[in-house]
Amino acid sequence: MGGGRKHGVGEASNIRKVFWTLGLLCAAVFVADAFYHKHVHFEAEGWFGVYGLFGFVACVVLVLAAKLLGRILTRPEDYYDD
Amino acid sequence: MTDMLSPGLILIAGAALLPLLRGVWQRGFMLLLPLLGFWQTLTLDPGAQGAVEMFGVTLTTLRVDPLSLVFAYIFHLAALLSAIYALHVRDTVQHVAGMAYAGAAIGAVFAGDLITLFVYWELTAITSVFLIWARREEKSYWTGLRYLIVQVGSGVVLLAGIVIHQHQSGSIAFVQLTLGELGPTLIFLAFGVKCAFPILHSWLQDSYPEATVTGTVFLSAFTTKLAVYALARSFAGTEMLIWIGATMAAFPIFYAVIENDLRRVLAYSLISQLGYMVVGVGIGTELALNGAAAHAFCHILYKALLFMSMGAVLLRAGTVKGSELGGLYKSMPWTAGFCVIGAASISAFPLFSGFISKSMIITASADGGHWVVWGVLMFTSAGALHYLGIKVPYFAFFAHDSGIRVKEAPVNMLLAMAVTALLCVGIGVFPGSLYAILPFPVHYAPYTATHVITQLQLLLFSALAFAVLIRFGIYPVQMKSVTLDSDWVYRRLAPRAVRAVWRRVSALQGRYGKVAARGLNHLLVVVFHYHGPDGVLARTWPIGGAALWVLILLGGFLIVYFV
Repeated sequence: MGGGRKHGVGEASNIRKVFWTLGLLCAAVFVADAFYHKHVHFEAEGWFGVYGLFGFVACVVLVLAAKLLGRILTRPEDYYDD
Repeated sequence: MTDMLSPGLILIAGAALLPLLRGVWQRGFMLLLPLLGFWQTLTLDPGAQGAVEMFGVTLTTLRVDPLSLVFAYIFHLAALLSAIYALHVRDTVQHVAGMAYAGAAIGAVFAGDLITLFVYWELTAITSVFLIWARREEKSYWTGLRYLIVQVGSGVVLLAGIVIHQHQSGSIAFVQLTLGELGPTLIFLAFGVKCAFPILHSWLQDSYPEATVTGTVFLSAFTTKLAVYALARSFAGTEMLIWIGATMAAFPIFYAVIENDLRRVLAYSLISQLGYMVVGVGIGTELALNGAAAHAFCHILYKALLFMSMGAVLLRAGTVKGSELGGLYKSMPWTAGFCVIGAASISAFPLFSGFISKSMIITASADGGHWVVWGVLMFTSAGALHYLGIKVPYFAFFAHDSGIRVKEAPVNMLLAMAVTALLCVGIGVFPGSLYAILPFPVHYAPYTATHVITQLQLLLFSALAFAVLIRFGIYPVQMKSVTLDSDWVYRRLAPRAVRAVWRRVSALQGRYGKVAARGLNHLLVVVFHYHGPDGVLARTWPIGGAALWVLILLGGFLIVYFV
C-alpha cells in the first residue's frame, strides 16, 4: 500500500490482514440484508445489497472521474506566482 | 438593561479589551468571553427585543427564537473550543480577531432586521481577514486581500438589496422573503457568496488553507454557517436552493480527491457539507430545516476537529501536503486518534454525529420525492468516506512512513481536540440531546435497523473500493500541484486581460495623444448636455437606483484596484 516504499502502518502481512478483515465485514453486512425488513422510499433501495454495490461503484466512478479531471485542471505549484 | 444586550457584543467588547491584558490574564479572559456570552444567551427571554431607534428606523438587535438559539449555542461552543485550541498562541492580533469574529457572527444570528444583519455581516468579514493575514507571509497577504474583497463585496450586495427591498416593500424585517423582485434577489446573492454557492465558492478553498493554524479553526465555524442560518431565515422552501445545494454537495468532492493540501481537502469537503444544509433549507419542511440546523451543529464540531488535527500537523511537521506526510501516527498518536474520530463523524458512521444529522436531510429529500437529489446525496455520502474519511487520516498519519519525527501537539490543542471529539461521539450516541434544541419538534429516529445496516453497507463497500484502488495502483498519486478552480478567472484571466488592455492603451496614447485631447473636449460638451442644469441625468432618481450604481462602481473599483 505505499508504492513499494517502506510501510509505516505495518508490513505486507498486516496490510493483507486489514484487506481481508474489510472484505469479511463487507460480506457480513451484504448478507445481513436477508435478515431484516428494509423500509424504503424508492423501489431500487429494496434490491438485495444495493447500498453496498452503490457505495463501491460510486467510489470507483468518483476516483476515475477525478483522475480525468486532474489531468485537465492540474498545474504546477507556482502557477499563480507570477 | 442587561436583558437587552446581545451576547455577540460581549465577545466584541471583550475582544477590544484583550490587548490591555497580558499573559495568563489575557488567556483567561479570552476563555471567559464565550462563557459570558453563553450565560447571557441562556438568560434571554424569547421574542424580539433590544430595539434601537436610528435615523427614524427601529432596529431589532435581539430576536430570540429556537432557530437563532440553536445557532447561537453552537457558535459559543465553537468560540470556546477554538479559544482553547489557540491558547498557546502568543499573538494578540489573532486573539482579538478570533473573539471579535465570533462575536460578530453571534450578533448576526440574533439580528431581527436586515440593517443589524448587515452591520454584523460586514464585521465578520473585517475581523476574520486578520486570521489569514496573521500568518504574516506574502502569500497569505494576497489571499487575505482576495478574501476581504469577496466578503466585503457580499456585504455591499447585501446593502444594495436591503435598500432596494426597503424602497419597494417598506420593510427591513429579517424574515421570509420571496425571490423575484430585485431587492430579495440581491440579498439572496449576498447570502450565496458567503454560503459558497457554486462558482461563487472559490474564496473558501483559496483562503481557509492559507490562514494560521488556529485561525482556520475559527474560520471554518462561523461565516458559512451564518450564511446557512440567513438562508434558513429568509429563503426556506425556495426550490432553487435544492438544486444549488445538490450541485454544491457533488462537485467539490472531485476536487477533494485530487487535492494534495489536506487543509484544502477539508475546505472542499466543507463546501460539500454546506450543500446538504442548503438542500435542507431548500426543501423547507420541518424535518429538512431541523436537519439543516442539526447538520450545521454537528458539522461545525467535526469540521473544527478535523481542522484542529491538521493544524497540529502543520504546526509540528511544517506541512499538510499529502505528498510529504505519512506515518505520523507514531509521533502524534493522540492527534491521529482525534482525526479518525472527526473522519468517522463526517463519514456518518453509526454512533458518530454525522450519522444522526445528515440522514435527516437525506430522508427529507426522499420524503419530498426528490429522487435525483437523493441519489446525488447518497453518492456524496459514499464519497465523503472516500475523499476525506479515509484519505485525510491515511495520507497524514498512515500510508508510507515519511520519516518525519515530531513532538505530539501542545496540551491545549489536545484538550480542545479531546473535548470536540467527545462531543462528536456524545451527539452520535445520544442524539436526543441535540434534537431537543432544534427549531421544530423532532419525530425522527436515526437508529433503525434499515438505516444502520444500509449505512454500514454504503461505508464499508466504499472503504473496500479505496483499498482496492490503492492496492492496484489506480488511486491518483498525491502530487505537488495546484488545481484550477473558478478563482482562475480573477487570479489569472482578469489580470492578464487588464495588463494586455493597458499595454494597448499605452501604445495608442503615444500615437494618438492629440486626437484624444480633442475627443475629450467633445466629451465634455456632451456630458454638459446631459448632466448640466437641464440635463436628463441631472434629474432626481430613486435611492434604489443610486444604490445599484454605487454597487456597480464599488465593485468595478475593487476589481480594478485589486488587479
